[in-house]
Amino acid sequence: MAGHSTYVPQSKATRWLETRLPIISLVRGSFVDFPTPKNLNYWWTFGGIAAIVLVAQIVTGVVLVMHYTGHVDMAFNSVEHIMRDVNYGWLMRYLHANGASMFFIAVYIHIFRGLYYGSYKAPREISWILGVVIFLLMMATAFMGYVLPWGQMSFWGATVITNLFTAIPLVGESITHWLWGGFAVGNPTLNRFFSLHYLLPFMILGVVMLHIWAFHTTGNNNPTGVDPKSDKDTVPFHPYYTMKDLFAIVVFLLLFAWFVFYVPNYMGHPDNYTEADPLVTPAHIVPEWYFLPFYAILRAIPDKLGGVVAMFGAIAVLFILPWLDTSRVRSATYRPVYKQFFWIFAIVCVFLGWLGSKPAEGWYVYAARICTAYYFIHFLIILALLGFFEKPKALPASINEAVLAKNGNGQPSGAAAAPETKA
Amino acid sequence: MKTLISTSVRAAVAAAFVAVAAPASASGEGSHIERQSWTFSGPFGQYDKQQLQRGFQVYKEVCSSCHSLHLIAFRNLAEPGALGYSEDQVKALAAQYTVQDGPNDDGDMFERSAKPSDHFPAPFPNKQAAMVANGGSYPPDLSLIAKARAVERGFPWFVIDAFTQYQEQGPDYIHALLNGYEDIPEDVEIPDGKYYNTSFLGGDAIGMPPPLFEDLVEYADGSPQTVEQYSQDVSAFLMWAAEPKLEERKKIGFRVMIFLLVFANLLYFTKKKIWRNIGH
Repeated sequence: MAGHSTYVPQSKATRWLETRLPIISLVRGSFVDFPTPKNLNYWWTFGGIAAIVLVAQIVTGVVLVMHYTGHVDMAFNSVEHIMRDVNYGWLMRYLHANGASMFFIAVYIHIFRGLYYGSYKAPREISWILGVVIFLLMMATAFMGYVLPWGQMSFWGATVITNLFTAIPLVGESITHWLWGGFAVGNPTLNRFFSLHYLLPFMILGVVMLHIWAFHTTGNNNPTGVDPKSDKDTVPFHPYYTMKDLFAIVVFLLLFAWFVFYVPNYMGHPDNYTEADPLVTPAHIVPEWYFLPFYAILRAIPDKLGGVVAMFGAIAVLFILPWLDTSRVRSATYRPVYKQFFWIFAIVCVFLGWLGSKPAEGWYVYAARICTAYYFIHFLIILALLGFFEKPKALPASINEAVLAKNGNGQPSGAAAAPETKA
Repeated sequence: MKTLISTSVRAAVAAAFVAVAAPASASGEGSHIERQSWTFSGPFGQYDKQQLQRGFQVYKEVCSSCHSLHLIAFRNLAEPGALGYSEDQVKALAAQYTVQDGPNDDGDMFERSAKPSDHFPAPFPNKQAAMVANGGSYPPDLSLIAKARAVERGFPWFVIDAFTQYQEQGPDYIHALLNGYEDIPEDVEIPDGKYYNTSFLGGDAIGMPPPLFEDLVEYADGSPQTVEQYSQDVSAFLMWAAEPKLEERKKIGFRVMIFLLVFANLLYFTKKKIWRNIGH
């Protein structure tokens, strides 16, 4: 962090500030001079992309709150007021609604990148665990945000998910009533969800900073999984990664804009354009797409409490992942067997998502059970055994050597040998 | 970049394989909704103002006897991207309606003719009154109906729709519903006071009687006075009612896409130049 800064204050004012609050050298050490492995591929840009989307969510969200009314009788119409009467309100609301999906797209890719390249392994366990905390906070925030427009899916989604807590033995019902603030999902529920939906994003922002602090202390992982050994292996964060990340962010914004401007309701459910009615249950209650794999796991278990335990267990297992994987090799590039299992696992997760969108009947249930079992087997058995049975490929001596081998020439050019001397 | 692209290509090829294999199994679900061609579809879509005016006429003369449109104010009809009426026309139109106002200084509610800022008055005072007058079925408000109804597309269509920008499930469904009334087949039981409709999402029996007949609404612009034409027009009007900012959205969207494309290209070459001497 600050330790990486080569910053020397040049003016009297900055010297004055530096001796009192070394914030300039902190920022320079973290985002300008910070030595970053030079071989990071584009999968590494999704962390920055997720951060940008988080900021966009907070900005659009703060504007939306200026026009939204958190009351069961008015919430639905206030969202339509935003869509119809507020200047560019439709833009703010579509940005915010699709932004949630974009946030999850970026974060899911970011998580799978970590799984593929073993970014969760020592010494980055804390970065990984903080990441899982962010993921949990995101899920809570997105769930409560989806309730706020008070459409049919908002109401019934909230009813189904809060009802899960009744599965807790003995105190389940009391806890559920406490969460609702009454005997059913109603106005107190909407109001507390509104309050928490405003609070949690700032907590996410805080944990994101800890997340960055942690992996800036250990240094970035990289596609080889081999630690940087000399200056030849790294480049300063700026301008190399500021520009690479910015390019990736703008490409991602193209995708974002495609959804916002051309298919803004693609990610949503049509039922949420009907105002909540506690007396009319929708034909199929489905959560937003980013919850579907976990929803499939929840419904795969024939027992209610068992389903809830499995669903939370699917996330809990991520917390202990750094200690479940017994292989010392980080990157799947050098783990031929793990690489295969990684892709099987990714396909199983996508398939679970599709199953989550289907009614819990017929062969869907059996498929969901098999996939759920496989989800846990992957983490608890396959990862544990692979470390003993897999024969990893030979690791490169350094990042620089791996880059040279890939580029197929033995002689580094002048700048590659000493990138820090080149602007 | 190379690995990212090759992985994406591999994923796309795999998806395409499944896509080719799957339609046979997916087509079983839901009723078949025939896609219509709409002027407002696609990246440059715009409403056909003449069509919206005709559709509004159908709503006004037919639908509005049972269905409310509570999110729409008269003034909305004259807004940019709407029906193309002038403010005077809207004033005159609003004046045809009476709305309840008050209380006045004497504490009484009173009736007055509507102003452009008023919303369309509902045909029934409340939901119960609407239900009792319609054989127990509630005629839903139509303000958002074009976004609140869609037949599930199933895999792989829902994936393809994101690329082809298919967002007209709602008007397609309304059109199909209005043309979906058929004679009751022998093996189907329809309760008294209900009607058989092959497109209805809620089952075979719908509470709404067939609302449209040939020559029911007299068009001034010489368009054909058929159920097909009426249903097209009213579906388009309801899409406008649900998404009045569609034209503005697509227009801004195109500019945003162009800006981002140019910006991304500039950044790509900047990045390339910065990295030119770094092996990575």
